Amino acid sequence: MAAAGHKPEAQAQTRTLQPRELELTSIVIRILRGYRVHAGALFDRVQIEIRAEDLVSVCRILKDDNATRFKTLLCVAAVDYKDKIQMVYTLLSMEWEYTLAIKVDLPAERPEAPSLTGLWHAADWYEREAHDLFGVNFTGHPGLKPLLLYEGFEGHPGLKSFPFHEYTEF
Amino acid sequence: MLGQAPEQSQNLDILMNMGPQHPSTHGVFRMLLRVDGEVVVDAEPHIGYLHRGSEKLAEGEQYHQVVTLMDRLDYIANFNNEWAFCRAVEKLMGLEVPERAEYIRVILGELNRVASHLLFLGTFGLDAGAMTPVMFAFRGRERIQALFEAVSGARMMHNYFHIGGVKEDLPENFHALMDKLMPELRRDVEECDKLLSFNEVFVARTKGVGGIDRDTAINYGWTGPCLRACGVNYDVRKAEPYSVYQRFKFDVPVGRDGDSWERYFVRVREMYESLSIVEQAMKSMSGGPVMAVGRRLIRPTKGDVYVRAENPRGEIGVYLVSDGTDKPYRIKVRPPSFCNLSAIGRLIKDTYVADAVIILGSLDIVLGEVDR
Repeated sequence: MAAAGHKPEAQAQTRTLQPRELELTSIVIRILRGYRVHAGALFDRVQIEIRAEDLVSVCRILKDDNATRFKTLLCVAAVDYKDKIQMVYTLLSMEWEYTLAIKVDLPAERPEAPSLTGLWHAADWYEREAHDLFGVNFTGHPGLKPLLLYEGFEGHPGLKSFPFHEYTEF
Repeated sequence: MLGQAPEQSQNLDILMNMGPQHPSTHGVFRMLLRVDGEVVVDAEPHIGYLHRGSEKLAEGEQYHQVVTLMDRLDYIANFNNEWAFCRAVEKLMGLEVPERAEYIRVILGELNRVASHLLFLGTFGLDAGAMTPVMFAFRGRERIQALFEAVSGARMMHNYFHIGGVKEDLPENFHALMDKLMPELRRDVEECDKLLSFNEVFVARTKGVGGIDRDTAINYGWTGPCLRACGVNYDVRKAEPYSVYQRFKFDVPVGRDGDSWERYFVRVREMYESLSIVEQAMKSMSGGPVMAVGRRLIRPTKGDVYVRAENPRGEIGVYLVSDGTDKPYRIKVRPPSFCNLSAIGRLIKDTYVADAVIILGSLDIVLGEVDR
């Protein structure tokens, strides 16, 4: 529409991590030796990408290790990239004042991740929400009942394949 | 049955439905209580009555239109919500917000915190059976709303913070309005504080009710005043300062026992701190532009960003994924009330039904942001 003449933003964002974030990266790489971890940056925050099967054990280490002590599960976001569903877990360490994002890729056709309810109570509602809206199945979750949607709702409205402007309920 | 003690009380559990239209649920929230006489044996919270799919709706709107959706999440603290979203986009775009705009945001954000806490104070008093404080609290809140109307044109749902600054500069008589408002507001807060905080009946109803220890609270993802009431000194404005908060001197009130009264009193003390921040900001605010230059069409580069901010109810987080177009690919809002509320089942277990109302009130939830 009004996009005529508009140049897409060319300059790449400088994703330089601060010294404290670099420090966290090295700590995380050190304590997660033995797992397949890909460390990177979520803008100016540290992020790691791990495999779904490692999720619980990695989170347990991050939560209990004295160098990190990620006691708070801040946010659990599911993102539908059409070819995959990505879970983004954001952890917070109040003692060391670190935040860390963990990304886990799940297959789009049958998204399944281990539940983190054994580590954080906060995971309970977050995972129920992701189950509602994105159809992610969390193995080991005590009760994946609908949370935001009503019982018997068909489909997963968070997915990109779910139409919403055309969709009328009543 | 009347006057006769039931023989086997443990077998007489009844299921009681509280809400979704119950006045003390502060919105449309439903709890299924299993009660044994006056005692709640088990409680199951049900949310989602206000689920409007805001996150999904945002995927179909341009960035500046999403601000209006963020208004409607936490509808008691509109400015703070707009602020968090705008900061997420600004961070992704590397957009520098002019200093005056930052000051305006701090002033309005902190006043919004006072308005939000005043509303909490009044309704929490009502929950405890005190009918008077709500009148005083709403008088104070109304003064703030009138100022917001003068600034943004709307009492609520302001749509005043735009990406890169604020919509327009403050009205010419803003300083005069503030000079009139601040002493009145301070008097209102003091009045409410004196009226309720150490009232014997109120303290008896709330002290020692709904306590939670700090480790459990952290495990539930609690943030904000509810967490600070447990003795955790954590405030995003201090831990990860954003905007111009570093320039102001303020304390972070911290409680000790983590019960309902502490949660209440932390908020009362926060109001004084917020008023002090506003006063400091008013003194040091300078002139200048209120909008970053040169960006009419918001089109951030590809990438994702997570932004944190201290809302009146706790920490709001905005996880924003951009695919390089003029519409967000995905927005996930981490609502503070959502996590605080998720512990409600544990909190009201084995308490009296009357206390369940107090405990729910002390969490200060806004269902608009819980359900999104």
